[in-house]
Amino acid sequence: MAILINGLLSGGVFAILALGFSLVFGVAKILNIAHSAFYMVSAFLIFIAAQLLGLPLLLSAILAILITSIIGMVCYKLLFDRVKERETAVMIIAIALAMLFQEILLLIFGGHQRRIPPFVPGYMEIFDVRFSYQHLIAIAAAGIILLGIRLLLSRTKLGNAIRAVAQDREIANVMGINVNQIFMITMGLSAGLAAVAGVVVANIFMVNPLMWVQPLIVVLAAVVLGGLGSIKGSIIASFILGFAETAVVFLAPGGSFLRGAVSLSVMVIVLLVRPEGLFGVAFEEERL
Amino acid sequence: MMGYLFWLYQWFRGEILAIPGRVIALVFVMCLLFAPLIVPQYVLHILTLTAIFAIYAASWDVLAGFTGQLNLGHALFFGVAAYAAALLSNHLHLSPWMTIPLGGFAAVIAGLIAGIPALRLRGFYLALVTLSFPLILTGILYIFPDFTGGEFGLYGIRRLSGSRPLDYYIITLTMVGSVFVMWKFTDARSKIVRVGVILHAIREDEITARTSGIDTTKYKLLAFAVSGFFAGIAGGLYAHFFRVAGPSTLELFFSFQAILWTIFGGITTIYGPVTGVYILYPLIELLRLNPMVEKIRFILFALLLIFTLLFMPEGLSTWVRDRIEVKCPRCKLINLINRRYCRACRAPLHLEKRKEKDQNGEE
Repeated sequence: MAILINGLLSGGVFAILALGFSLVFGVAKILNIAHSAFYMVSAFLIFIAAQLLGLPLLLSAILAILITSIIGMVCYKLLFDRVKERETAVMIIAIALAMLFQEILLLIFGGHQRRIPPFVPGYMEIFDVRFSYQHLIAIAAAGIILLGIRLLLSRTKLGNAIRAVAQDREIANVMGINVNQIFMITMGLSAGLAAVAGVVVANIFMVNPLMWVQPLIVVLAAVVLGGLGSIKGSIIASFILGFAETAVVFLAPGGSFLRGAVSLSVMVIVLLVRPEGLFGVAFEEERL
Repeated sequence: MMGYLFWLYQWFRGEILAIPGRVIALVFVMCLLFAPLIVPQYVLHILTLTAIFAIYAASWDVLAGFTGQLNLGHALFFGVAAYAAALLSNHLHLSPWMTIPLGGFAAVIAGLIAGIPALRLRGFYLALVTLSFPLILTGILYIFPDFTGGEFGLYGIRRLSGSRPLDYYIITLTMVGSVFVMWKFTDARSKIVRVGVILHAIREDEITARTSGIDTTKYKLLAFAVSGFFAGIAGGLYAHFFRVAGPSTLELFFSFQAILWTIFGGITTIYGPVTGVYILYPLIELLRLNPMVEKIRFILFALLLIFTLLFMPEGLSTWVRDRIEVKCPRCKLINLINRRYCRACRAPLHLEKRKEKDQNGEE
């Protein structure tokens, strides 16, 4: 039972992160290594707003999400937009950006672990295992967000435009979609998603300036496992990895050392069998 | 005898003095050779590490820049070799002359194992899979702390040589040698070693390379092996110089650093990564001396990188090269930028610019 709930929780968080990551990759072909840095930034923002400024928690959560989205868009406009034709340059800039965030936060807050209070205090017992309400809220939030994004992409005009750009940038441009604007919106959306994940976990996990590395690894694994750019695939893969990780941490001796290694091993094995990932599309040209 | 010397002088004048990039390289190597006479001990220590990292970054360039196999987990080779050298040195008491090449071969084996998925994957998939190998290995290291030293790593490794300057010379000369070998190995214009042009072909278009009868799998594995070997040499040198082989050699950030150095210096050049390392690494280490700057040095580092990429996305050395050298459009000989005619065939250089000027004048 503990495995189930914790697996759902980490799977949900990874799914939100992976969703944003594969959205940006699918639409703008930006391999945004800094994605989980946005998650960290929003966790810190909610910490600042709630602990230092004393704002109510819900308000600070909304503020954190909004500010992170804006930071995402600004980063896109200032940095990625100028080099987006060069894949390696984009990647390096993303790495540098993640480093920048980490170091700035380290400079301001130091390397301490910090916690913020939960939205709803208290816990409930299911089969003799304690779960705080926060865990359940986080899982619910993850579900709602995933459903919301799905609706946004499939039902709205903006969603249609985003999918069109992802399919064929040039044709979408010809059809009168402002591709650059869509890129920016996608980037903002993706940063916002990362921010939601950050807000949700801010009081479950510790907030510290190095918290972006661990989820980054899992998100990369999930995205590759699901097939790059496939949103459905990356969500399912995140849940698989979330459960696999939790199971190993709970069941294997010394399992917590293996956290990252597990998901990566799962990824490598799957890729050896099916190189395009679980739900990826193998293009004619790419098959060897 | 005199004739031979004269020929040598002519060759030197034509092939080195006439090409500004090579003059810079020559001056640079000379500076490296005489550095221990001038600089203090601490700087010498940094320069030694810089030389190690130069090999490491250049080997990343062989794989990623030339062959196009974007490897985000290059620390795998470095770490495997460092651990292999450390284990061989501590348990079998071999001398560094043995352990470093053996560490290199351990890295080659790691490279071949990592290369197996590379035969099936491409582009971003490959990048992300290679990213995972060092992290998996780190997880394994933590499980067997008795054998690998856990998070503290292995220490008490034998010294490379007795003294600091000697260490410096050994490592720097190895660096110069390895970089030269890698440069020749990847040189597409070389008439003797044909590998370079094949690697370029694989990067540009793998399907076309295959249809031209090139066994791309074989050459990709070769690139993995060569790159792994040199990264392994760097790792072995590091283990013996630093006398600690810890999990930090497998860190994600350490893999990224090779990329940062290479992109900053100029990818697909071999001398680019060396330039990048020799500028960035000492800079970062020297900033550490100043307590004010020490805390923000990584912020400065990240900003510097971002600005480099925004304003010279090809990297520093390529940017500089394009400003001091020009290739003759007819005979492909490299000339100094301010020449108007090629030094060999007298063809006018800067044709395109003049054409643009003429057109602008007419309009």
